[in-house]
Amino acid sequence: MNLTSDQQIFWQYGFVKLNGTMVTTWALMLAMSLGAKLITRKLATDGEVSRWQAALEIIVTGIGEQIKEVGLSHPEKYLGFLGTLFLFVATASLCTVIPGYMPPTGSLSTTAALALCVFIAVPLFGMRQLGFLGYLRTYVEPTPIMLPFNIISEISRTLALAVRLFGNMMSGAMIIAILLTITPYLFPIVMTALGLLTGMVQAYIFSILAAVYIAAATVVRKTKHSPKAEPAPKP
Amino acid sequence: MLIDWFTVVAQALNFLVLVWLLKRFLYHPILNAIDAREKRIASELADADLKKSEAQKEHDEFQSKNKAFDEQRGALLSKANDEAKAEGQRLVDEARKAADALSERRQEALIAETHDLNQAICRRTQDEVFAIARKALADLSTASLEERLAEVFVRRLGEMDNNTKKTLTAALTASSDPAVVRSAFDLPAEQQATIKKALNDTFATTIGLRFDTAPEQIAGIEFTAGGQKVGWTIASYLASLRKESDEDLNQQTKFAATPQTKTVAIPVAKSS
Repeated sequence: MNLTSDQQIFWQYGFVKLNGTMVTTWALMLAMSLGAKLITRKLATDGEVSRWQAALEIIVTGIGEQIKEVGLSHPEKYLGFLGTLFLFVATASLCTVIPGYMPPTGSLSTTAALALCVFIAVPLFGMRQLGFLGYLRTYVEPTPIMLPFNIISEISRTLALAVRLFGNMMSGAMIIAILLTITPYLFPIVMTALGLLTGMVQAYIFSILAAVYIAAATVVRKTKHSPKAEPAPKP
Repeated sequence: MLIDWFTVVAQALNFLVLVWLLKRFLYHPILNAIDAREKRIASELADADLKKSEAQKEHDEFQSKNKAFDEQRGALLSKANDEAKAEGQRLVDEARKAADALSERRQEALIAETHDLNQAICRRTQDEVFAIARKALADLSTASLEERLAEVFVRRLGEMDNNTKKTLTAALTASSDPAVVRSAFDLPAEQQATIKKALNDTFATTIGLRFDTAPEQIAGIEFTAGGQKVGWTIASYLASLRKESDEDLNQQTKFAATPQTKTVAIPVAKSS
């Protein structure tokens, strides 16, 4: 039994290979892009709005509201990255209802890739907001003694992001697979429903943590110079 | 090994591609649509506000005009009411005056008619009564009656009051014409002598007398001298009766004619 879809290898040439994770991810990308393309093909700006458009508007504006609540005042700047994180993880979790489907987020490679993206995106957004030196200065604040701890924090939280998502998703799929062999009728359905819930929660946690990291990186200087502003929440 | 680094890199790239795809096909179109709708709604709201303010303005203008119109209407109505009342009062007064005049004319006409009718009835009644009386008395009259009449005449001469006596004496002395004794029948000489004697005794003088016969007196004797007259005749009784009956008739006419607006003096029918 495969722990992750990485172990389903369809084609390999040296270290280059085509495994189940990548194929599933492409399928999800295709489905999401095509769905978005189809729905946004005829967007109504006046008159009656279609149900699909309304649903997408609710999702997009909901994500924007969440980003704003975290403390990022211009959510549209971060919507592409954070929204895609949420939608990808959520879609990957939702598709667990498809029999034989193994979520790409159940692969540590995928979650590590996503955590890596967050790890790179946080300083990039911070530098864009505060400038290169301004962002680097955040590592030696409040005192330079904190520099190693800040660096450790950056690495450890990235690792935690990857392992948390992987553990949850993989365990969910694994439990269902095991239960199917033991009690094949009703109980796996309940667990699948629970897995759906867990997946959505994990998608929310992953994207909201990423938003919090970005917020911490971008608004730190403001809190220092404007004491009235609320400090950004620390994870 | 749970982590395959090639897969990690590939998934990271996949994720970045997905970010680009979703930006291209999802976020931008949706946000643009929302922005466009928000702009449209904002412009519609602004337009609605403008229209609302215009409507409010028109509403205020209309209300002020309506108020002015109501006031004007009220004033005109009040004026028209006053004029109508005045005109109505004037018409009522005119009608009352006309009715009064008409009533007065009718009253007068009625009175005149009543008067004429009364006169006609009186005349007719008198004529009839007198005709009957005359006929009855004429049938009854005889020489003995004449004698009795002469006696009554003589007695009345004796009962005459002093004023009448003086008046008649003055008339006898003033007139050169002889006094006239008028009777319905020819008086016998004996009675003429009796009368002459009684006259001479009464007035203490010798009176020049002439005896005339006047059948219209029916019965009785009448003495006329210098425009003064004294006598006792059935005709004079009848005349007195007619006068009384005329007065009764006039009284009845007064009650019959009910004057409404003013009392009109009813001329009293005079006896002939």
